[in-house]
Amino acid sequence: MPSWGMTIDIDRCTGCEACVVACHAENNLPVVGPEQAAMGRTHQWIRVERYWEGEFPNIKAKFMPVMCQQCDAAPCEPVCPVNATYHTPDGLNAQVYNRCVGTRFCANNCPYTVRFFTWFTPSWESPLNEQLNPDVSIRTSGIMEKCTFCVQRIRRAEDTAKDEKRPVKDGEIKPACAQACPAKVIVFGDMSDEHSEVSKLARSSRGHRLLEELGTRPRVVYLSGGES
Amino acid sequence: MATPTPTPRFTEERINRDLLGPLFKTSGIYYVVTGLLLIVAMGVFVAWGLQLRYGIGMAGKNRPAFWGLYITTFVFWIGISHAGTLISAILRVVQAEWRRPITRCAEAITTFALVTGSLFPLIHLGRAWLFFWMIPYPNSRHLWPNFQSPLMWDFIAINTYLTGSVTYLYLPMIPDMAVARDKAIGWRKSVYRTLALGWRGTEREWVRLEKAISIMALIIIPVAVSVHTIVSWDFAMTVMPMWHSTIFGPYFVVGAIFSGIAALLIAMVMIRKYFKLEHYLQPIHFDNLAKMLLAMSLLWFYFTFTEYLVTWYGNESAEMPVFWSKISGRYAPMFWLMVTCNILIPFPILAIKKLRTIPLIFFASCCILVGMWLERFLIIVPTLVHPYLPYNYGHYWPSYTEMAIAGGTLGFFVLLYFLFAKFSPMISIWEFEEGLQVASKHRGELPEPTFAGQIARGDIHPGH
Repeated sequence: MPSWGMTIDIDRCTGCEACVVACHAENNLPVVGPEQAAMGRTHQWIRVERYWEGEFPNIKAKFMPVMCQQCDAAPCEPVCPVNATYHTPDGLNAQVYNRCVGTRFCANNCPYTVRFFTWFTPSWESPLNEQLNPDVSIRTSGIMEKCTFCVQRIRRAEDTAKDEKRPVKDGEIKPACAQACPAKVIVFGDMSDEHSEVSKLARSSRGHRLLEELGTRPRVVYLSGGES
Repeated sequence: MATPTPTPRFTEERINRDLLGPLFKTSGIYYVVTGLLLIVAMGVFVAWGLQLRYGIGMAGKNRPAFWGLYITTFVFWIGISHAGTLISAILRVVQAEWRRPITRCAEAITTFALVTGSLFPLIHLGRAWLFFWMIPYPNSRHLWPNFQSPLMWDFIAINTYLTGSVTYLYLPMIPDMAVARDKAIGWRKSVYRTLALGWRGTEREWVRLEKAISIMALIIIPVAVSVHTIVSWDFAMTVMPMWHSTIFGPYFVVGAIFSGIAALLIAMVMIRKYFKLEHYLQPIHFDNLAKMLLAMSLLWFYFTFTEYLVTWYGNESAEMPVFWSKISGRYAPMFWLMVTCNILIPFPILAIKKLRTIPLIFFASCCILVGMWLERFLIIVPTLVHPYLPYNYGHYWPSYTEMAIAGGTLGFFVLLYFLFAKFSPMISIWEFEEGLQVASKHRGELPEPTFAGQIARGDIHPGH
């Protein structure tokens, strides 16, 4: 059983937000318009957080892409009254859209604020509806959604490998954000395979996890400082 | 020793006339007010209908403020529901004689506040029509609710409390239903006949009724305490800054009883005035309850002080933005208004004997309700808009839909209470009469005079 994980090298991130756009296209994320966006109702399963370091003129912008950390001890999971969010055996924090009744308790208990609620039934003006990804379901109003680590790509790669009677190769699966990143910030792979690129990077001394002190055991390792 | 008879002013006939009167005589004002309340209550359901039609986005919530006015008002109403059952149960268990005229109106508050409050978890759901997935019913897919979730505990606790308090309201109503049955005519007679359960008033029936009531009074106290503890766990079980607090359980229970007594006092002032029951609800009742309210006000202040002092001293990086937003930031006006309403205004009114008059107690109670609503808002929203990662700081302002629903449920609650006042005597007739009998039986034997005893002896003249 693989154990999916990710590394994000924030020293390399340029803040171009190509990952955000790629995620929108891949996962059929609704674009809600300026009024709703101003209310804080955007759907950005991955976002690039920008923090300033230092004082002007010696100021530096730091970028940090944040998506669902697929925590092993996810605070969002136990609080759902209908089991709409649960942990898959390969370590993904899964959201069952059909089961969600919309209490939004999971989102309140997510320290990373990476859960997104569908406030209204989304719509895509023609011809945008023609470019929706057929592998990803469209979410109705009143349910919670979030980054899936592009589970549709994981399952497709696993199916192909199974058909060809071989294990999934390292680097074969690339979530949309990793694929679109020009600076190769994001690396995805099997953490349980000690030879995979992602597990080598995760083991490096540059690695740390976001809000690790809360004991959520995130599956995303951020790399920063030292030799890159 | 001659057995004194109750003062002739409190004959059975008079009590029946005073207390059953409102059931059979209805003034024009009542129809007007009820009509207005009906419009307000329908506003709630129209707004909710729109929200169901267009989506929960009609409410002003966003990321990160996923909860807002609905949950605030939910906690508020569940708090109000602690008025009745808990207070009347405690007073029954300790056999406080002065409880007699207030138990019924207190228990009715509990039931209707619970009915009103439990609308909110439904209203706030993204897909409210699927709420029944929270009910553990056998189904073909073997899908069960998640019993680990505090919301699930909440669902079970509130249902338990609602069942318990409806039973507890109903049991002492049975003899009164029988009295109403004997007076009523037409279709109302059959309604009261059904609800009186064939009550004849035999010795055996009385013994069983008293036993059932005392058992329910004992059961309902731990249930009431657990309900608001569990409501507090909706917050305390999370990892969020200033929610993850061990004292939330007792803090919420104290706040609930505090707002509950305030709501009870407001209802008592209204009933006393509207139904002209000045002889029954005497200043001593208001005085005694006001003293309880004072104690709860001080307890509330103690808990609030502790909660904020510990947070400030701990100085945790995630908690301090929440803390300062309340003390001196965006939520400071609400915070200090809460402190003013909950302690600064009520404390002198309730503590100084000269100020403890019915109009001022009424004013203090209204302030406390405002303050306790603010308290719930200030627990929920500032935490949500200051999550761990500062990039996600947000803001929240309720939408008109939300305000209409949250505000309108006040009308809904008052409407239920109004209708109930036309259906059942707001003071338990048999318990009041029993009080007079107890008082006359014990006259001269009890060292300290009870209120009913004072009336019976003529120390207090009803009507003053």
